[in-house]
Amino acid sequence: MTATRPPGRVSAHAGRAANKVTPRSRRGRRLAGATLAAFISPALVLFALFVLVPVLFAAYIAFFRWNGLGGMPTDFVGLDNFRTMLGDEVFLGDLWRIGLITVLSIVVQLPMAFGLAMLLHQKFPGRTAFRLLFFVPYILTEAVTAVLFRLIFSPRRGFADAFLAGLGFDGSVGWLSDRSIVMFVIFGILTWKFFGFHMILYLAGRQNIPEELYEAARVDGATGKQLFWHITVPLMGPTVRITVFLSVIGTVQLFDLVYVLTKGGPFHASESLAITMYEQGFVRNQIGYASALSIAMFLISLVFALIYQRYVLSRDTQGALTTTAGGRS
Amino acid sequence: MSVSTVRAKLLRNTGFYIAAFAASIFVATPILFALLGGFKDNQQLRENAMGLPNPWHAENYLDVLADETFWRQLVNSVVIALATTFIVVAAAAAVAFVFARFAFRGREALFTLFAAGMMFPFAVAVLPLFIILRTFEMLNSPLGVILPQAAFGLPLTIIILRSFFNQIPAEVEEAATIDGAGPWRFFAQILLPMSRPVLATVSVLALVGSWNSYLLPLVVLSKPTWQTLPLGVTQFQGEYATETAKVLAFVMLAMLPALIFYAFAERQLISGLTSGGTKG
Repeated sequence: MTATRPPGRVSAHAGRAANKVTPRSRRGRRLAGATLAAFISPALVLFALFVLVPVLFAAYIAFFRWNGLGGMPTDFVGLDNFRTMLGDEVFLGDLWRIGLITVLSIVVQLPMAFGLAMLLHQKFPGRTAFRLLFFVPYILTEAVTAVLFRLIFSPRRGFADAFLAGLGFDGSVGWLSDRSIVMFVIFGILTWKFFGFHMILYLAGRQNIPEELYEAARVDGATGKQLFWHITVPLMGPTVRITVFLSVIGTVQLFDLVYVLTKGGPFHASESLAITMYEQGFVRNQIGYASALSIAMFLISLVFALIYQRYVLSRDTQGALTTTAGGRS
Repeated sequence: MSVSTVRAKLLRNTGFYIAAFAASIFVATPILFALLGGFKDNQQLRENAMGLPNPWHAENYLDVLADETFWRQLVNSVVIALATTFIVVAAAAAVAFVFARFAFRGREALFTLFAAGMMFPFAVAVLPLFIILRTFEMLNSPLGVILPQAAFGLPLTIIILRSFFNQIPAEVEEAATIDGAGPWRFFAQILLPMSRPVLATVSVLALVGSWNSYLLPLVVLSKPTWQTLPLGVTQFQGEYATETAKVLAFVMLAMLPALIFYAFAERQLISGLTSGGTKG
């Protein structure tokens, strides 16, 4: 692991450094300035051109009516796009659906992941195989997964209908075409795709709890139930709080899976904020309004992150806000 | 061990297996449906959706494997993922190095700026990015996907690398300096080789992120030349809407590289993908 260096240079340099301390350090500082720039500039240029400029540009365009053609936008409309947004039933529906998926995730998906993590923490033959299997959906591409589930839930030829027929129910369910059930089908697919990720985080969190705590409590006569509620649950707190955060942020930014599955349909019943933005911007060329939607998405993520950081994550070690968003990229 | 504890353990294990098998069926069924469905013909898929293929048909898989489009999209995905990874890791390592090892004016402000990039969902920038790329005539060019992906990968990569570089003892650097190594040599010949595990982690993150990327290629790559596998799968389904078995074969083959990668680099993949949630 160590780098090789030509022999015999140690003494030469040590001697030179000792002889001419002042000129060397001055030259070193100037050199450091240029070197510094060389180390920083590739990342900074990349970041400025493709992250900062687009985000600032989006914030700017959000105040214009613009079809995206002909130089820069000129038709300044103030806050009109944001006013339109607050009266837009699709946008309000997007918010409602974010809430729905968040609640379902916290009530169903995360407890399921937690339960399976506790299960796989026990030692029994074959648990490694189960752990590996449960993580498989998470490594698959969302868009590819969505095509697979489109076929599974397709009318007539679909596997889901055949499965129900096998159980004795006849006829076709409009899995992805019935407004009243499409969100639950999507939630089921999201659970399939993401519970393994949360399970692995819980498993890591559980493994970080020192066994001595359990041993000490057992010596004091604690029951299994007490061990769970008084040691496992409180000490899993930080991990649980992080997974809830990642789950909510992922829900706010949902696009690939739903877009390929339903394009947000039927009649916007499964639309996500990013799909609304995409449709307005790339299909209807309402670039100004679409930018306002994307700024709304940013603000929702930001406000949620700040509130969550302030009131929930602040119990844990600092720095969580800036180090968590890589979960679902 | 008494008989009753053996029995309790057996009972306990049975409970574990029932729960674990139920979850396994939930996870494995869709994938098995794709795998087996690819070996059926369309009539079998209609009449025998649940069972094993009878007879087995290899044509669907062979057709996809003989399809030049499939291979081109596969190669495109690989090239774009490798280029993205190389650029983001190289640029992030350089800047994380100076963040971690040197004091200079504006360092914390600059680091905060990069870290704040974590707060921008990619979808926020995709519209203006499209307009900017159109202006620079980078639409339908692989760079139009690679550079923005690399840029959006910078914040997390820099944060992870900086915290690792911080932990390398100052004595290592002092020893290198005494031996006459300047910052470039220390960076390239000592720091980077010492950081192989964390470089593997951030590389996996970048590779997987690019491999799975859909929204950016969707808006940037409208011509088939550089289109990637996720775009290819969705288009293939559009073109062969009535040939479900063939689409299932395509889906399965598109999943295969990730599954193979997982089989060989499971540890790195899991630690890489979960590091975003646990570091800090």
